[in-house]
Amino acid sequence: MNILDVVDLKKHYPIHAGLLRREIGRVRAVDGVSFHIAKGETLALVGESGCGKTTVSRCILRALAPTSGSMHFSMAEGQSVDLAVLPKRALRPLRRHMQMIFQDPYSSLNPRMMVGDIIAEPLKVNGVPAAERNARVLELLELVQMPASARSRFPHAFSGGQRQRIGIARALALNPRLIVADEPVSALDVSVQAQIINLLLDLQDRLGLSMLFVAHDLSVVRHVSDRVAVMYVGRIVEIAPTDALYRNPRHPYTETLLAAVPAPDPTLRGRRMKATGEVADPSRPPPGCAFHPRCPYAVERCRLERPELTEIAPGRFTSCHRAGEIELAGVTG
Amino acid sequence: MRLTLMADEIALAVRDLAVHFEMEQGVVRALEGVSFDLRSGRTLGIVGESGCGKSVTARSILRILDRPGRVVGGSIVLDPGSSGSTDVLALDPNAERMRAIRGGRIGLIFQEPMTALSVHYTVGNQIIEAVRQHSDLSKQSARDRAIELLREVGIPRPELRVDAYPFQLSGGLRQRVGIAMALAGDPDILIADEPTTALDVTTQAQVLDLLRRLQAEKGIALMLITHDMGVIAEMCDDVAVMYLGRIVEYAPVETLFAAPRHPYTRALLRAVPTILAKPRQRLATIGGAVPHPGARPVGCPFHPRCSEVIEGRCTAAVPPPIPPGQAGASCFLEVPG
Repeated sequence: MNILDVVDLKKHYPIHAGLLRREIGRVRAVDGVSFHIAKGETLALVGESGCGKTTVSRCILRALAPTSGSMHFSMAEGQSVDLAVLPKRALRPLRRHMQMIFQDPYSSLNPRMMVGDIIAEPLKVNGVPAAERNARVLELLELVQMPASARSRFPHAFSGGQRQRIGIARALALNPRLIVADEPVSALDVSVQAQIINLLLDLQDRLGLSMLFVAHDLSVVRHVSDRVAVMYVGRIVEIAPTDALYRNPRHPYTETLLAAVPAPDPTLRGRRMKATGEVADPSRPPPGCAFHPRCPYAVERCRLERPELTEIAPGRFTSCHRAGEIELAGVTG
Repeated sequence: MRLTLMADEIALAVRDLAVHFEMEQGVVRALEGVSFDLRSGRTLGIVGESGCGKSVTARSILRILDRPGRVVGGSIVLDPGSSGSTDVLALDPNAERMRAIRGGRIGLIFQEPMTALSVHYTVGNQIIEAVRQHSDLSKQSARDRAIELLREVGIPRPELRVDAYPFQLSGGLRQRVGIAMALAGDPDILIADEPTTALDVTTQAQVLDLLRRLQAEKGIALMLITHDMGVIAEMCDDVAVMYLGRIVEYAPVETLFAAPRHPYTRALLRAVPTILAKPRQRLATIGGAVPHPGARPVGCPFHPRCSEVIEGRCTAAVPPPIPPGQAGASCFLEVPG
């Protein structure tokens, strides 16, 4: 069963100019994105800055209203609602089912509230009685491996990693059906990052979390996600199960991204492939395949015709005209 | 063990550098006796988690340490061994001589290039100013030099970009401009403080390639500060691992990764997420978090988090520092008890 089915999601921003503020163009921040998240699955959305990954996550949470497309979110009763068209008021009762883990544990916790109250707040808003709330807060603290005494302290007393645990406890308070985590470990030191990655893996196992994991760090993504969707200039260029994507990428952009990551091993030095050029401007994407100006495999067709995301093997999607003919290098562990 | 390339000239020797931050709550010892050499044509990586003192080290060398930070001991000697050697700590930070060294002999590349760039002036104007500060070129020659520098750092169409404002450039191009600025005074020492942390991965790869090329061409002594073990593995000849204001391990890069000697280095390497991971692979963790530098543990600063702590020894005394120029670990496991 799918928790979320996104079909042809678009978010365009008009560019206005002149006295009459006429629309002279559009920034296609997200331009026709389709994917699903199965129950109990973590899907990573990766790409470089400006690729639209955060815009997608904000559309799902309806912090942004999509321009078009559908986002079917399945409810406990087996029915689904289209988040894309739901009016704001109808969204409110759904909010408890979608929770967020933020990047910066320093700005996402109210410094004037005690940790117990921060975690209990979503429970309170949803009418959980006080006695039950206290029990649940203790349970949540234990789940994120924090001492019960943390309840009566303020966020400033805790390190970045502990604060991130508190943020995770708050997100889990209402047993949400979907967690959206936007760069949840990128602000943390290496030793703390490892703790939070392990915690997320534990929670996935124990609670069967369904999660959208938005990240730019391909190493972190390899540890925590079941499948990966790679975005480039507003579109998904490849989706695949994690291990398959890393071992055997099927889109040249995925190959470029993987090759650019410096491996923590000096004996592998210098095997990196050169990435040329810069990420295209989403207000003026190149014609044809947006990646073609940087693609070492591009042919005439890539300059003229935009490739669609197609299934080339069970569960493997890529949008590359030459997917069938080129051999791409992955990274193996 | 002596490092192999002793023949490379030492461009800068840092010895027993100690920096304190005098706060209302007490004295924070940000650096406690840091020693290392920067050698021409070689890259020294400084790696560590937040609060380890890596940026304070860079700022001390350039004499741009912000209050309430204060160098309380040690020396930072340019051209040691030559007749013209200079201890930059003996200079007034605002004196002409120090300003000539800063940006002249020693260039600095920041994490966020906008730290070094003004939003009000074109990149050309800023590079021209930096060029003229460190040479007696005419305005026109300095402009030509600025264009040449932009070309050297791989900026396409530099004769047009020279008149661009920083906000008109992408993050990757801005960092290239930052590097051009750092090169304006033709330095023989470059300090790069997390130069690619704010960049996307493909841009990072390009900027790292650029740094490596420039260093090889000019024989620059490069000090690369980063928290990223991947960047260390990719770029450095030697590595200093810092923890709470001390160098806890110093080694050639291959040795550091193949046979780390300090328990902190070992733990750190195991904790790094890797692109080569197996599905759902868990990481080894280091318990706890880096303590606040103001609450430095007694004894070895790493002992509360160390899995190999020797009670009574590590908890009582600070292990001896690593002699400069030698590989080793500052750890009681290395010292016969």
